[in-house]
Amino acid sequence: MALAEGVLEIVEETARRNGAARVTVVRLELGALSHVEREALSFCFDAVAKGGVAGGAVLEIDATPGAAWCMPCGERVPLERLGDPCPRCGGWQLAVVQGEEMRLKEIEIA
Amino acid sequence: MCTTCGCGHGETTIEGKPVGEHEHVHRHADGTLHSHPHVHDAEHGHETEHAHGAEHPRDMEHAHDMEHAHGTAHTHSPGPHLHWRQRADGTWHSHVHGGGSPHPAGTGVFGAAHAPGIAPARMVQIEQDILAKNDAYAARNRQLFADRGIFALNLVSSPGSGKTTLLVRTIEALRGRVPLAVIEGDQQTSLDADRIRATGAPAVQVNTGKGCHLDAHMVGHALSTLNPADGSLVLIENVGNLVCPAAFDLGEAHKVVLLSVTEGEDKPLKYPDMFHAADLLLINKIDLAPHVQFDVDAAIGYARRMRPGLLALQISATTGEGFAAWLAWLEQGVAAAVAARDHSIDALRRRVVELEAALARRAAPASAA
Repeated sequence: MALAEGVLEIVEETARRNGAARVTVVRLELGALSHVEREALSFCFDAVAKGGVAGGAVLEIDATPGAAWCMPCGERVPLERLGDPCPRCGGWQLAVVQGEEMRLKEIEIA
Repeated sequence: MCTTCGCGHGETTIEGKPVGEHEHVHRHADGTLHSHPHVHDAEHGHETEHAHGAEHPRDMEHAHDMEHAHGTAHTHSPGPHLHWRQRADGTWHSHVHGGGSPHPAGTGVFGAAHAPGIAPARMVQIEQDILAKNDAYAARNRQLFADRGIFALNLVSSPGSGKTTLLVRTIEALRGRVPLAVIEGDQQTSLDADRIRATGAPAVQVNTGKGCHLDAHMVGHALSTLNPADGSLVLIENVGNLVCPAAFDLGEAHKVVLLSVTEGEDKPLKYPDMFHAADLLLINKIDLAPHVQFDVDAAIGYARRMRPGLLALQISATTGEGFAAWLAWLEQGVAAAVAARDHSIDALRRRVVELEAALARRAAPASAA
């Protein structure tokens, strides 16, 4: 909920500065390894945005896949979830390099 | 995370008093109502948000090159990724974008929505981290810690794993050796801060109300009340919760996660984010290990899947077992924070001397002439 409010704050501020009557689309980038549940964020966003300039806006979410650097393999490998082993060697000597993003990318205004 | 548990903002108090923040509603020239929290505090003052008293200028800082017209092509971030969109009926649609492939104008799955001419809509790029505001407050706290040579820790765990008992014993053990101050986070009551104050250590209670975690803004306010001494150890006891506090940086040097043997060794698998974010794992209530089914090695192994090389110590806050290593780690941390502060002060002093010498050299020919 705190995150949804954070998103809404930036969205409403941007909409106001651009003289928008309505926000129709909100586009986010959420990494697969970030702390956010897509469904939950969408639900909370709808709840907090209701009645405001972004009420009813469609949430578009780009899900950046997770990736890690496997130290034994010396290679970048895909990582679906935290705690998963390296798909190459089965080990856990992994340093996450991608997938923790939580960014508000752009909004569509009318 | 708060989007998971549905907790909200508001009702935050420090020592029973509101954080000095209230909702401020005002009307813009175009008739829209605008509300935002604002604070009356020297440190988190008005000017950091935006000035009041007059109407907000509209469209003054509106940068045209930041946006692109609706229906024009745009490019996605590199690497293939999933693109989700919620339909009007609440169901989700997903499709895969190739790496860096552009969305041609008015085509693609959402062709209708992206088509030019249907609505006088336009895209405005924002590119801002959702946690940017918290992170800015965290950076301010971190600067205060650095300036004062303070070693600050963010203690996280599930409720009941022994954080407060750990603090009380730590305070008693370090008495006379290291100055120490505590920030206590709980949804309600000042029971924990009362327990800490009973030991003689200064403590501030933050009640998060509906919130399930401390954020950097609350901690900033608590710090201005607490005013911790130079070269001290600041222990921040977060709200008992293994989910949300993982995402919120408070400006601490390290997150320390407690796991008690009465909880089950699979906690790191169930709550990976927290163990991924931590720099030290304390296995607490180790004196009870013979009486419960808890595989210490497995617990540490699971935690290291989330955070390779995670330092782990086995302790008992009740009996004091394993405390020597924990106290040594704390004292090293404080010593390093003080050394870093002194180093930067020394560096600044050397720079002052250099600059004064340079000034003197410039002044010398002038006065000679």
